[in-house]
Amino acid sequence: MNRVTVRACLASAATTLLLTSCSLTGGGDTATEPSTSAAGGSGSGGGTVVLATHESFHLPKKLVRQFEEESGYTLEVRAAGDAGTLATKLSLTADNPIADAAYGIDNTFASRPLDEGAFAAFTPGTTPPEQYALAEGGDRLVPVDSASVCVNVDTDWFDREGLTPPETLDDLTDPAYADLMVTPGASTSSPGMAFFLATVAQYGDDWPDYWADLLANGAKVVDGWEDAYYGDFTAGSKTGTRPIVVSYDSSPAFTVEDGRSTTAALLDTCFRQVEYAGVLAGADNPEGAEALVDWMLSAEVQSALPESMYVFPVMPGATVPDGWAQFAQQPTDPYEVDPAEIAANREEWLTEWTDVISR
Amino acid sequence: MRRVLALLALAAGPVLVLGVLFVLPVGGMLSEGFVVDGRFAPGAVLDVLARPRVHRVAWFTLWSSAVATALAVLLGLPAAYALHRLRLPGRHAVRAALLVPFVLPTVVVGVAFRQLLGEGGPLGFLGLDGTPVAIVAGLVFFNVAVVVRTVGVAWESLDPRPGQAAAALGASPWQVLRTVTLPALRPAVVGAASVVFLFCATAFGIVLTLGGVRYSTVETEIYLLTTTVFDLQAAAALSVLQIVVVVVLLAVSARLRAVPDPTAQRTVVAARPLRRGDVPVVLATLVVLGAMLAPVAALVAGSLSVGDGWGLANYRALSSAGDGQALLVPVSDALLMSLRTAVDATWMALLLGGLVSVVVTRRSRSAAERRVRSALDGFFMLPLGVSAVTLGFGFLITLDRPPLDLRDSPLLVPLAQALVALPLVVRTLTPVLAGVDDRQRQAAASLGASPWRAVLTVDLPVVWKPALAASGFAFAASLGEFGATSFLARDDSPTLPVVIFRLIGHPGEMNYGMALAASVVLAATTAVVMLAVERLRVPGVGAF
Repeated sequence: MNRVTVRACLASAATTLLLTSCSLTGGGDTATEPSTSAAGGSGSGGGTVVLATHESFHLPKKLVRQFEEESGYTLEVRAAGDAGTLATKLSLTADNPIADAAYGIDNTFASRPLDEGAFAAFTPGTTPPEQYALAEGGDRLVPVDSASVCVNVDTDWFDREGLTPPETLDDLTDPAYADLMVTPGASTSSPGMAFFLATVAQYGDDWPDYWADLLANGAKVVDGWEDAYYGDFTAGSKTGTRPIVVSYDSSPAFTVEDGRSTTAALLDTCFRQVEYAGVLAGADNPEGAEALVDWMLSAEVQSALPESMYVFPVMPGATVPDGWAQFAQQPTDPYEVDPAEIAANREEWLTEWTDVISR
Repeated sequence: MRRVLALLALAAGPVLVLGVLFVLPVGGMLSEGFVVDGRFAPGAVLDVLARPRVHRVAWFTLWSSAVATALAVLLGLPAAYALHRLRLPGRHAVRAALLVPFVLPTVVVGVAFRQLLGEGGPLGFLGLDGTPVAIVAGLVFFNVAVVVRTVGVAWESLDPRPGQAAAALGASPWQVLRTVTLPALRPAVVGAASVVFLFCATAFGIVLTLGGVRYSTVETEIYLLTTTVFDLQAAAALSVLQIVVVVVLLAVSARLRAVPDPTAQRTVVAARPLRRGDVPVVLATLVVLGAMLAPVAALVAGSLSVGDGWGLANYRALSSAGDGQALLVPVSDALLMSLRTAVDATWMALLLGGLVSVVVTRRSRSAAERRVRSALDGFFMLPLGVSAVTLGFGFLITLDRPPLDLRDSPLLVPLAQALVALPLVVRTLTPVLAGVDDRQRQAAASLGASPWRAVLTVDLPVVWKPALAASGFAFAASLGEFGATSFLARDDSPTLPVVIFRLIGHPGEMNYGMALAASVVLAATTAVVMLAVERLRVPGVGAF
């Protein structure tokens, strides 16, 4: 590096430092605004409504502005951590909630905050379809979207190799598919947990045997969905070597080339995750929270869910994008496990699962 | 007695900050596990420690961290020497570059490592993917910079005359190193090693990514127990275990770090030109640099790869919201936010760390005073050894009521990052401050200087360069911090690592490419800032 470049670097770095330090000393002016207005306005028909959610939450700015204009509330989103972190946060703060409403608790985690009394009873203005309702806690948590975790295959890879792709969970232990599969772990990843629950639903108490077979057939278990999809899956990574991956039913819509998808979801292997929203018990702004949850069920938000969060809307009238209608199919008969059973067995299952995979 | 009181008064500020932001939250979270139905029930928590799985987890944590620490020190020492004592071309750039791994988001490094080591990657034939070897390699990758910098700064100001005298008396270079140089460097080496060990033992993302789910460390296990299983008793048990181990470790390292006479005069020695005998050291440094750069090169290549060819599309996309509007704010805004947060975190860490270093390095006149000082010294290292998950959830449940309602404060993120950087600052400054002869301060005082004046005239000239290095370090640590930040960051003002994580977690090839490009931007920003720190200190020293 010559002297001129060094000077240039130095100058630019110094400028950046000066700019940032001048504008800052304390987190910035923009950031303090919402919290002051939050302190000031918790009354009805205005003020701030705070939504606690997970890091995948996202809705178009235009929609949010529209909600704020029509309802008179200012929406403040506090998103951090994954679904498990969110469930833990809500459970631990049940007596002094971190927000007014929460979104993103799914059917594998719902029992925990419900048991801790984190949610208040609430009846939405529009009734979502019965099939998504929770058996226990349906009066407090409202279904907003669903996304099924399914085994995905790289159909191009199978075409090239002249091999028929697998179709069922049983097929995955077939020696013809030896060393071809990768899945995120049940203990470390939410889709990994969903796939594990699919095997529990299918094999009951015999699931450890199935997992032993799966591993004997060369299935690879990695930490997270990102690692599986971008690290090992042939259609997600240039260096990937495994054409079978655990992902979502919507994933094929993201591998479209020349008008067709190069991957497919195996719809007989799916476990359905439903995400719920609810009003937090003891919220500062319960009216705002109710308006917010109702808004999540509105046609606009429901139709925005696929593009924004890669999930399917629960309301029948909502529209899905063209690509989705063509390439992302939902399973008609997904595997299900009763949330109460999940709650009762989660720890034991995970302990045993970890033992099986580290044998 | 008066001295002890004065000491406590000086320490009060940092102790208060640490008490509120660390002891209180961790205590709150631990009590969730210990208190069942409103009654203190330690029995169940202690039962957890008898579980065979807990033993496996603890053992794996200990040995993988120990091996990684040993390797980081072995690889870091030659590089510290070459980069701080030899006049190598481009050594400032290399010093800046070595800090880059330290700030890269672990999830990105994990994917980059896996593309190198994975079954189809260039190093796939080694079969290391998902093995403990990969975990140790990842830990070393992240932490070599800590050794190079901490030891390098001490080495730079090491008086060369005792070594020269030994050589004149016939000692071989090896003998000089073994009998003169290394003993003098021991405080810095032990300090660096203890920081690295704590970083390794509490590493989270890199262990998860590189070890798959087969290998669990205490840190990953606490995360799993807290968020997935919601077994707070078991999580509390492991947290207590972690704290106990850390305290023992700190006590041991404090003993090892102690030097017989800390009055050695420290001056900054000018780097000398290369000699023939330096070739092995330079080669070793090049090897370290190469090993550091391989995953970074994989990252850069990935960010430039578009479809079947190469291009800058991923970089151009950084001003957008990503595929399917994955982002609320473009990467460019997040970068600015990161820089602003890092500036705040840096001055906080430097202020706190400076006070702490002054407190713990002043000569003690009595055993009681010495004990207070070493207890304080250990106390300020504790944040490194405690699970970020425990701390994060602790924030939520303890700092939630006036007068300490910090849950929504925009200062929370820089404060948390400053806590993360604090031990680095302390460990960089203490060896240097310990080297200042206390008699100089006494002389200044006897000439009528106030305590502040004495600090300004005696300590500042010696300490300002290491302080700059420490601030660069703190800045880099803050830029790359993900664990605490992701937990506490507000949605409307995410930092760059948070945005990168968000991108990589969303499907769509463009998002993945953007995540890689954003990581390269983060790495480059760090390198430039570090380069500036390296260069800024030049004008003050005439010898350069």
